[in-house]
Amino acid sequence: MNAKLIFGMTITLSLATAMPVQADSKSPYLDAKTAAIIKRDFRDKGIAKADRVNQDELQVACSKYRDDMPDGTNDMPNRTKVNLEEKQLKSIKWPADGNFVGDWKAGEKLAQSGKGMTWSDKADEPAGGNCYNCHQLSSKEIAYGTIGPSLLNYAKKHGSREESERRAYGHIYNVKAYIACSNMPRFGSMGILSEAQIKDLVALLMDPESPVNK
Amino acid sequence: MGNPMKIRAAVKDGVTEVKILMQHEMETGLRKDADGNLVPACFITEVKAQHNGRTVLEAQFGQSVSKNPYLVFRFKGGVAGDKITISWVDNKGDTRSDETAISA
Amino acid sequence: MNTSNVSKVVMLLALATSYVAIAAEGGVSDSDRIAQYREMISDGNPADFDEMAGEELWKKPGGPKNASLEKCDLGKGSGVVKGAYAEMPRYFKDTDRVQDLESRLMTCMNTLQGIPEEEIAAKPFSTEQKNSDISTLATYVVGQSKGIKMAVSVKHPKEKEAYEIGKRIFNYRAGPYDFSCSTCHATSGVRIRMQDLPNLNVAKDAQAAYTSWPAYRVSQGLTRSFEWRLNDCFRQQRFPEPKFASEATIALTMYSAVNANGAEYAGPGLKR
Repeated sequence: MNAKLIFGMTITLSLATAMPVQADSKSPYLDAKTAAIIKRDFRDKGIAKADRVNQDELQVACSKYRDDMPDGTNDMPNRTKVNLEEKQLKSIKWPADGNFVGDWKAGEKLAQSGKGMTWSDKADEPAGGNCYNCHQLSSKEIAYGTIGPSLLNYAKKHGSREESERRAYGHIYNVKAYIACSNMPRFGSMGILSEAQIKDLVALLMDPESPVNK
Repeated sequence: MGNPMKIRAAVKDGVTEVKILMQHEMETGLRKDADGNLVPACFITEVKAQHNGRTVLEAQFGQSVSKNPYLVFRFKGGVAGDKITISWVDNKGDTRSDETAISA
Repeated sequence: MNTSNVSKVVMLLALATSYVAIAAEGGVSDSDRIAQYREMISDGNPADFDEMAGEELWKKPGGPKNASLEKCDLGKGSGVVKGAYAEMPRYFKDTDRVQDLESRLMTCMNTLQGIPEEEIAAKPFSTEQKNSDISTLATYVVGQSKGIKMAVSVKHPKEKEAYEIGKRIFNYRAGPYDFSCSTCHATSGVRIRMQDLPNLNVAKDAQAAYTSWPAYRVSQGLTRSFEWRLNDCFRQQRFPEPKFASEATIALTMYSAVNANGAEYAGPGLKR
């Protein structure tokens, strides 16, 4: 009796304070219905095939929970997060030659390009890094986005040289090994950029001559 | 004949403000279509504004003006009810003329 | 000789003035300057032409049945256009589903004019070569809600469900880049390159964003509908293409529209 009463009160309270229709926010019925609608309502266009809406384990979890909100509204259970990050770390293919650094000038070009993998891009066109869309990098480029953190002076901020290079390579290859639900794409693991291209981007971040560090 | 313009003219403290929105492709002649062919140039070259038949503004336009150009100008004089006539000519000889009355 | 001296003086003065102006505006952000520019050109929105063309299309008999759309029920009764958009998407009894403006226009074009829905859906958006009828009609209809407060209902169970599904699609991460709508539109005060992004979970941002669509895009020289806005977002999300006026795009529109409730509708807008 008491328990029922408290239950009723809780519902009333949450209805009164929440957004218009929050009551159904955890409904398996609506989750299933949404999935069915998405499967039905998207179609092939150019290189973007309909099966792109199929989610992997990480995408499913990160559609439900967050773990990278700057305002601290993260709600992903820690065990889920650790488990996902461990699996993602395994998908990173580290360079066989042990060298993480390529050509920073090629990296800057790549960082500037926002091309790649949309239905209006062509299959034979290599994807860009899309870096400036979200990050500040070179001190000379003022048209940078702010969804991701500023990477200005990257080389001076992340410990020893060897550690920093490895960290940069890993983050570009698969950032989800470090932050399960980061907004950033998994450039290596998803086959967006090649090993050589990722090395060029590491060079952009690490080379003392790179405008990122000047 | 070109598509109609939208003209608004209002007088305040003896100064008439005229706002003109023209409908025109304003093709530069430098752009290529999806097949790589040049899109032929097509742009307004001259705009003329008359107040009760007297020319109050003449403008030369070129390729650098955007599609559907918007032009605002003011002139001294004009009373409510006076006629404002705007006309343009493009490089292909097409032309358009529209008029409106000044509102208070 | 004299004249050229005079014009030189004028030039220098002009430079000096603009320098002072810039110095005085030190605290003004680029977004504010863009807002000033918008204010200046607000009477010159070429979307006006599409509103006019749309009204003509609305009233002109067409299709196999040679009928106009003047009897179309957009939710406020047969033929009522004024204020209809400010209450859409909404549940419609005759179709027993929630419809956004384009979806409802498609129903009317089909039932009143006899135009097959596939034919309409095949030309959903205007292109450089040709304006899309449904997009032009939408521009006319939205213009008739200018200045009216957004009041989209979630009272009907299907309306509430559409909102909930829309919220889930908003957060649905997939594709080669793992993007969802929320990747770019769930944080306040961020931008892509120089483009400010609205946080569509927050009323203030959702209101400003939603009430400015459809909009004339100066860079494209075309008036773009809300369905187009969603379509191009999914392109950049590296998703496949959402079907035009489908349950998915209607649900997402519902989510955006409800979050914008309470604001005055201000479209058709004018954007870069």
